[in-house]
Amino acid sequence: MVMSKAQIITQDDVSHVAKLANLKLSPQQLQKFHPQLESILEYVKLVQAAPTQQVEETSQTTGLTNVWREDIVDSTRTFTQDQALSNAHAQHNGYFVVPAIFEEQDA
Amino acid sequence: MRNDISRIDEIYSNFARYGDKLNAFITLREQKQVLADFAHAPNGPLKGVTYVLKDAYVTKGIKTTVASNVLGNFIPPYDATVYRKMTEAGAILLGKMNMDAWGHGGSTENTDFGPSHNPWDQKRVAGGSSGGTAVAIAANLAECAIGEDTGGSIRNPADWNNITGLKVTYGRVSRYGAIAYASSFDTVGPMAHTAADCAAILSVIAGEDPYDATSSPHPVDDYVSHLSDSLNGKVIGIPTEMFDKGLDPEIKSTILASKAIWEKLGIKVIEISLPIADLALAAYYLIAPSETSSNLGRYDGIRYGNDRSHFTDETMRRIMIGTYALSAGYYDAYYRQAQKVRTLLIQAYAKAHSQCDVILMPIMPTHATKIGEIVSDPLANLLADIYTTSQNPVGVPSLAIPAGFSQSGLPIGMQLVGSKFSESLLLAMGHQYQQITDWHTRSPKL
Repeated sequence: MVMSKAQIITQDDVSHVAKLANLKLSPQQLQKFHPQLESILEYVKLVQAAPTQQVEETSQTTGLTNVWREDIVDSTRTFTQDQALSNAHAQHNGYFVVPAIFEEQDA
Repeated sequence: MRNDISRIDEIYSNFARYGDKLNAFITLREQKQVLADFAHAPNGPLKGVTYVLKDAYVTKGIKTTVASNVLGNFIPPYDATVYRKMTEAGAILLGKMNMDAWGHGGSTENTDFGPSHNPWDQKRVAGGSSGGTAVAIAANLAECAIGEDTGGSIRNPADWNNITGLKVTYGRVSRYGAIAYASSFDTVGPMAHTAADCAAILSVIAGEDPYDATSSPHPVDDYVSHLSDSLNGKVIGIPTEMFDKGLDPEIKSTILASKAIWEKLGIKVIEISLPIADLALAAYYLIAPSETSSNLGRYDGIRYGNDRSHFTDETMRRIMIGTYALSAGYYDAYYRQAQKVRTLLIQAYAKAHSQCDVILMPIMPTHATKIGEIVSDPLANLLADIYTTSQNPVGVPSLAIPAGFSQSGLPIGMQLVGSKFSESLLLAMGHQYQQITDWHTRSPKL
């Protein structure tokens, strides 16, 4: 009897990851993405076989550290309130309207 | 590059004939606006030269979509540095180009604006992610362009459209105002018919920018004046592993046939070993999605744009892979391990570049695929990036140039990968190669 190969990522993991990433998946999307993500992870786990015992990580290649610039106001880069709001779906009295975070409770 | 006013007429009449079929533009500016810009163009080195931008660069007052419905009607309130520099040099923006949304793809099919069509065979993809950009140059709809390359996005469509494109050293050109895909890999670079044109553009756009802390203080060369520097005694290394199984035999023989041309230029061609492509591809497809999951976290549709339900499937997959690789319990095994592999890749390139000045490689393992052929198979899409993903984690530059055509008339390109900040050498090699070959002068029949 052939054992089925162990999954790297379960459908529950995919749901969890989607939640972490603030993506709402329909049941159909979850079904579709699960095997696709599995096949990608199956490939990329190749990195785990690389000989890295004595190897440091690299996070960027510029060789630069602590790059500073003077904190000068550049008026060509500042937005007016109208410019800042110009792409907003909803605004009120010069503010962005955002979805409520706290729900009102009955006293 | 032509910079006469009649060129603008010519481009708009070309567009009227076949622009819609190719679907290269997301935004084409009105001819009268372009003519007004032309009349007032500053007296810079690119005065009157028409160009297009990949739609990943913000342009004040001009719609910028990154080919995603998430930014569908976004009108930026500021300019990317590269756009500002092109404008100040006198170049004239024609439009903003189709691409794989957010740079996520290599075919310009993962777009919310419909796929671009390859002008050499309109049933085939344009390549990507800077696909529309390359199509515009190949199809005589612009003189030159600014693309963006995170894992091949300039070189891949340059290959499949028979044009020249330069992926610069990381940090050589400011990323300020470039909509981020993977911040430690993203590079801004020129695309044009010739290496000489790319040199002229790079001279304008290269340099440190106070608004991009990763832009390099390394001195900017006068790339144009170095184009005719002697190449005598330079060494090209051919990594045998990259010409092995998986590479289309016709592409392989076409690229290897360039050896005679290189030798004519006094360049020595040797075989080297660089057995990293598979490992690099795996590391790339962990680090780039990790960075994109972070970069795209900001898109919530509140201050601008639409909500996250508008991401394409490919973008959702990349966000989820990245989120998984960065999440508690998997970080060490995936993200951290990939960052260690990145160090191994840097060491492997350093070793290869100690044996030769420039490494000659294929760009794409196959000819441009048919539209719809592999877009629904995410792993097949990923594997197509095998030769273009090792350079970005290392930060080295690579010049894509035309190398010939298939029996069926499809373009074949090749890439020259240098060590960091060797753009002058790469452009001189490309330029002198193009002095004695004519592949880059051929145009598709439209």
